[in-house]
Amino acid sequence: MPAKMKKNYLICIIGVVIGYLLLSLVFDTGILGTRSAYFNGLAVIGMFYTIVVCSLNLLTGYMGEFSLGHAGFMSIGAYASAIVTTLIGQKVELSGIVIYLIAILVGGIAAGIIGFLVGIPALRLSGDYLCIVTVAVAEIVRVVLSNVGIPAITGAATFGKSFSGIAKVSDYHYVYITMVVCIFIMYCYIRSRYGRALIAIREDRIAAESSGINVTRTKVLTFTISAFFAGVGGAVYAHYITTLVPTYFNFSKSSEFLAIVILGGSGSMTGSIVASPILAALPQMISYVVPAFASYRMLIYAVILVIVMIFKPSGLFGTREFSLPKLLERISGSRKKADAR
Amino acid sequence: MKKEEVPVLETKNLGISFGGLKAVNDVNMQIYPGELIGLIGPNGAGKTTIFNLITGIYKPTEGSYFLCGKRMNGLSTHQVVAEGIARTFQNIRLFKKMSVLDNVRVAFNKNMKTTLAGSILRTPFFWKEEEETTKKAMELLRLFHLEGFANENAENLPYGKQRLLEIARALATDMKILLLDEPAAGMNPVETAELKDSIRMLREEFKIPILLIEHDMSLVMSICERIYVLNFGEILASGTPEEIASNKDVIEAYLGKEDELEGGETSAEG
Repeated sequence: MPAKMKKNYLICIIGVVIGYLLLSLVFDTGILGTRSAYFNGLAVIGMFYTIVVCSLNLLTGYMGEFSLGHAGFMSIGAYASAIVTTLIGQKVELSGIVIYLIAILVGGIAAGIIGFLVGIPALRLSGDYLCIVTVAVAEIVRVVLSNVGIPAITGAATFGKSFSGIAKVSDYHYVYITMVVCIFIMYCYIRSRYGRALIAIREDRIAAESSGINVTRTKVLTFTISAFFAGVGGAVYAHYITTLVPTYFNFSKSSEFLAIVILGGSGSMTGSIVASPILAALPQMISYVVPAFASYRMLIYAVILVIVMIFKPSGLFGTREFSLPKLLERISGSRKKADAR
Repeated sequence: MKKEEVPVLETKNLGISFGGLKAVNDVNMQIYPGELIGLIGPNGAGKTTIFNLITGIYKPTEGSYFLCGKRMNGLSTHQVVAEGIARTFQNIRLFKKMSVLDNVRVAFNKNMKTTLAGSILRTPFFWKEEEETTKKAMELLRLFHLEGFANENAENLPYGKQRLLEIARALATDMKILLLDEPAAGMNPVETAELKDSIRMLREEFKIPILLIEHDMSLVMSICERIYVLNFGEILASGTPEEIASNKDVIEAYLGKEDELEGGETSAEG
């Protein structure tokens, strides 16, 4: 590893640790008092949104294909992980972290497999047609989940179509680390020969093929990875909310994810990381203070989207990435200049 | 001509029909090691179609083609490239929003060995290979005097440089033969001269055979060793530039029949 990269990675790790300490400071010391639990929940929501939105950005921003079915992959992860942890929970007593790890792995793998199976035929298509297929897949998943008696598999208590009694193990400590690891993996994927090939396909498919890139394989691989992380997000969600309802993972959820990707800037991980917690948590916070706001949430989304599209069509960050080491370099650079004067 | 050698690229009765239209028909070409071959013909003669056939974008409906004796029919484009045929495009196809360096690095992809896990875990091998690839890419850019633009987005390059970058990218695929589709199209005389130097340099540096589609006759006549002339999808003539320049059929295809011209003149006089 080049020395400069080593230094940059170290700076980033320090940044991540500081973020973790800040979270702990806010929630573990009880500064927020009685509202602590509420904001704690918001943080978890913001973080699983970040995972799902980043995974969608992989498709939309880097591969250049729209998916309007990411809630479908998320629901597969949520249900698969919930079934497995509930079944395990009935037999053996495990500590929270073990259950959590099993959940995110099962959720990710289940969604990844479905993504792979869907991807092979679907990725012959591109553009609008692929988009329609993803909508169809998500709808199929939702309808199946609504009609197949999933809670019965686990023998859990059933209240209509909801699946309740899932272990509440998505602690924000774990979720924060999961989010960081997920983002790191996706970042490494993009900044490797695979990512370069992916962006080349987005830029010009024929030229990419003529440069020796196996377009279908790269696309299926990316689709699978994207579905995997959507599944991880779903698993985190399931083990936070503890009750799953198929209607949560509907079309408007998928379009909400896509809207966040576009607002943050498709092709910018930073954009997704900044936009998702804000857009996931802010409306809930406002409606907490002003209850009447809840029903206007989607309206405000739409208005923000229109405004951003008019003034900055590439999204808040475009395709730029925020880099902590570079920022520090700039700060220290300007300080050095000031010293020289 | 070195008949005893195995041609690098050979087409045998190669043809394709779109519906009832025979776009390319019965094309026989041989390109031997180190040769620079021109492929010329009027617009719509089927030159680019031949390139698309050879690179697997179209599948031939008749005949077959061979790379170093190996039959290539039915391979998909990326497999053709893996075997060693590289090309550029008539209308430049660069990865516009990627840096000049990355445009070249992408083409090294097929020979890179880092696995997915290796890339994500950032293994020492990953860093080593990335470094080597960057070094090789920079060397290629230096050959075309593009090293100063390495971190620029490809779309910001001047037109002539974009053409050169496309050639550099094709070279990065580690090919056995290079197909250039109208590299001088839209270039000014200075850029054409630069291109000519680059092609000469290519031949000295890489010793690879080149098949060149070109409309710029002075360029073709001055650098090609042999020329194939295509008209209505069929080979009309082949030979050295001198033979082609004095070939009656070729002149006819480009300028029309002599008596037609005379007829036109007499009627104008009358």
